[in-house]
Amino acid sequence: MIRILKFVIIDILKNKVVIVYTLMLALFSWSAFSLEDNATKGVLTLLNIILLTVPLVSILFSTIYIYNSGEFIELLASHPVKRKKIWNSLFFGLTISLVLAFLIGAGIPIFLFADIGKAVMMLAVGTLITVIFISIAFFSAIMSRDKAKGIGVSILLWLYFALLFDGLVLFLTFQFSDYPIEKGMVVLAAFSPIDMARILMLLQLDVSAMMGYTGAIFKNFFGTSLGLLISFFILFLWIFIPYRISLSKFKHKNL
Amino acid sequence: MIEISDVNKHFGKLHILKNIRLSLKEGECIALIGPNGCGKTTLIKSVLGMVLPNSGEILFDGRSINKDIHYRRHIGYMPQIGRYPENMTIGQIINMVKQIRNSDEAYDEDLYEQFGIEKLLDKRMGTLSGGTTQKVSAVLAFLFRPKVLILDEPTAGLDPLSAEFLKEKIIQEQKKGKLILITSHLLSELDDLISQVIFMQEGEMLFHKNVAVLKQETGTDKISKAIIQLLKRDQA
Repeated sequence: MIRILKFVIIDILKNKVVIVYTLMLALFSWSAFSLEDNATKGVLTLLNIILLTVPLVSILFSTIYIYNSGEFIELLASHPVKRKKIWNSLFFGLTISLVLAFLIGAGIPIFLFADIGKAVMMLAVGTLITVIFISIAFFSAIMSRDKAKGIGVSILLWLYFALLFDGLVLFLTFQFSDYPIEKGMVVLAAFSPIDMARILMLLQLDVSAMMGYTGAIFKNFFGTSLGLLISFFILFLWIFIPYRISLSKFKHKNL
Repeated sequence: MIEISDVNKHFGKLHILKNIRLSLKEGECIALIGPNGCGKTTLIKSVLGMVLPNSGEILFDGRSINKDIHYRRHIGYMPQIGRYPENMTIGQIINMVKQIRNSDEAYDEDLYEQFGIEKLLDKRMGTLSGGTTQKVSAVLAFLFRPKVLILDEPTAGLDPLSAEFLKEKIIQEQKKGKLILITSHLLSELDDLISQVIFMQEGEMLFHKNVAVLKQETGTDKISKAIIQLLKRDQA
């Protein structure tokens, strides 16, 4: 598998998109920290940028890359290579390159400007979000043979997680504002990895007071080490489940 | 060597392979013929594990191909339309496949030399003509000295000289006792190569016969004529 992984990574790095992505993240991060006068505000600005761009680039680049690897997959499949190995190599190849791009582009300025606790949390959250959206890309790419359809599904999924889900939550809170829904909000957060990541990061920044009573409930849950553990576990499920489904579909695909 | 028993394959509503039952042995050179879309390529891809049949079983040297993928070490496959990563050069492709196969046997570079691939190593796959792509496919199929050669329309798109090189190579390998499975529409090309004929139509196997028997039955001296006679007789 290492041999195939090597070819995938070399191929991705030859593609200049990942390098442009690294530079873009670096530019965002440096400007976020130089524009704001205090580091916490800088982190907050950067958080919003990262939670919008990282999922988009991860899911789109991965989906297109998987479709473009059709020939590569076909070539390997006629040789003694297990299908699982092919799919895993693509997944880890994309994961290693995009996580590395994130850690270099955003990681260096974050470590320079923010204090260590916030920086570690930010990088953990960014890395997880990257891998989650790569995993979702594998899921949408295996669903259809048609490239345009697959990319369309990916864009819709990104739209849903990045924008529509928040709207839905907002709608629900207004509709049920007479009821005690604070606990329900904690559960609802598990259904969107981006929101989960945002809550985890906001609690690190001690700005949860701005979220009112729900913020306090969040702090009660996500602030404890058990809550933290559970939320990271849920984020890992977001990586594992879509990828696992795509893998079992790929094993039975007609090439 | 390859046993195919009751294999069925559906693509949606289409029933592409209908109860295919075949037994292919070492030293045979088999022509798989039939009209377009009769399921030849699907059958070949099933043997390679690229298409998974809905029912039935395929055995290679007595072992089911679903259990262990190592049998593919013994197969050299030349696809009808070779699709390769466009950004890679011919040299990179050949190197990659060598590394993936990781075989200790000396490479068979006869075709590599005859086709003059050496001069083309830096060319990107995306820029190649159909014929050159076919040459790369042929080189890869023979490179690892496999026991079984599966050639899907091997000479389509090749220039006459290269087609002749390839044909000679196939005959040479057949003499070494390898199992060779060829599909082709150009029946006249196959005459001096093959020992058996499998004829497929609409997913069904119409017959699997020895060439000598076939010629005798129809009283002709060419495979192409024999097949046409048989088809006419069927229709009558």
